[in-house]
Amino acid sequence: MPSASPSLDMTPMVDLAFLLVTFFMLTASVRVTEPVLVDTPSSVSDKILPNNVALITIDEDGRLFYNIENPTTRVKILDRMAGAYKVKFTDAEKKKFAGMGSFGVPIEKLRDYINLDEVGRAKFPTAGIPSDSAHNQIGDWIFYGFIEASIKFKTEFEKAKENKTEFKGEKPRLAIKADSKTDYIHVQHVINVIKKKKLEPRINLITSLEEEPK
Amino acid sequence: MAEVNTGDSGGGHGKHQKKRAKKLSTRIDMTPMVDLAFLLLTFFVLTSTFNKSKTLEVLYPVDPTDTINKPPPIKEGITFLLTEDDKVFYYKGEFNLKGNAEGKPETVLTQTDYSKDGVRKILMDRNKDLRDAIAKLQEQLNKKEINDSIYKLKANEERALPKYVTVLIKTDDKASYKNVVDVIDDLRIAEIAKMAVVDITGPELALMKQSAANSKP
Repeated sequence: MPSASPSLDMTPMVDLAFLLVTFFMLTASVRVTEPVLVDTPSSVSDKILPNNVALITIDEDGRLFYNIENPTTRVKILDRMAGAYKVKFTDAEKKKFAGMGSFGVPIEKLRDYINLDEVGRAKFPTAGIPSDSAHNQIGDWIFYGFIEASIKFKTEFEKAKENKTEFKGEKPRLAIKADSKTDYIHVQHVINVIKKKKLEPRINLITSLEEEPK
Repeated sequence: MAEVNTGDSGGGHGKHQKKRAKKLSTRIDMTPMVDLAFLLLTFFVLTSTFNKSKTLEVLYPVDPTDTINKPPPIKEGITFLLTEDDKVFYYKGEFNLKGNAEGKPETVLTQTDYSKDGVRKILMDRNKDLRDAIAKLQEQLNKKEINDSIYKLKANEERALPKYVTVLIKTDDKASYKNVVDVIDDLRIAEIAKMAVVDITGPELALMKQSAANSKP
């Protein structure tokens, strides 16, 4: 065996490895912790959830949670909600809210909820966002969320048109993620709220993938 | 391991030794870097792939408020009635109460289930015409007689034709979300595009309760 053999040219392998690392790093999205674990029903639909969605999560007991991902939109929605329900938030609280994930507390308790750390938030006792006709907060969250997301979409679209650049944004959509054991009436209630606000007839029901039968 | 050979590591002064040292100097041990690269690669591969949500897009049109635009009642169709304990009933055509004015026979509910010979089979059989029509279009597409966009357009046109079956889904308070998604899913498999989830009426609810009480578990 020749003495020079143990060294091997690894450059192509390293090239490939770093290429893949870069690819996965750029495509990966940060997963935010969800307040509830939801086991979605399965379907054969292989349509991937669009990007610009407001997500309403419904857990097994029918509690409602709301999430919209874009941080700047979140703060604008919070401002609108704060104005409508006469609750005040400091700038620090708004900043914290922007970085949060899905939440399910009434607006009156949202301040206390924001000021907790992640462990405290997970333990926070809540009955979800109220949706009864007297305090239809979920309806307002959905409504303001959709308005703000639409405004953002429009301004970005106009800007792209002005600069003659390609526009890749997606129109705002609504998605419902409910547990398979949830009574359908809770889902129906949320859909009726959305229908009443006349926002968007297409609603995405989040499911997990199942093999198509032959 | 990871040290860079700087050229005078040999410490020799002879001409022959110097030459050899220069030749070695271009090589770096890349093993730790490769280790790191693959570690990161594994991490990102494992965390990213399980993250994509799939979605079932359903159209929920806003109810027309004026009576003029109200859609006519559906005469040809299947209505599924969903209730607790994964029970599902269906009837075809219009709902007729016992002793109705037109003297039509009373509607009787038939029980079915969510297995592959249940709801799916009913829908597949009922929608055979449309599935055949779409299969024909698919064949044309495979033979390259029509292109992809024309195929999609024609298939959608075909699906919307009034002669094909319309399906209504109605639930009581206790039906689970999973069951509704199952029915919608079976509709997709059977290529039925015309469907709606609507509120149950009083007589239907009463009849379903009665049927559920008499049904097998």
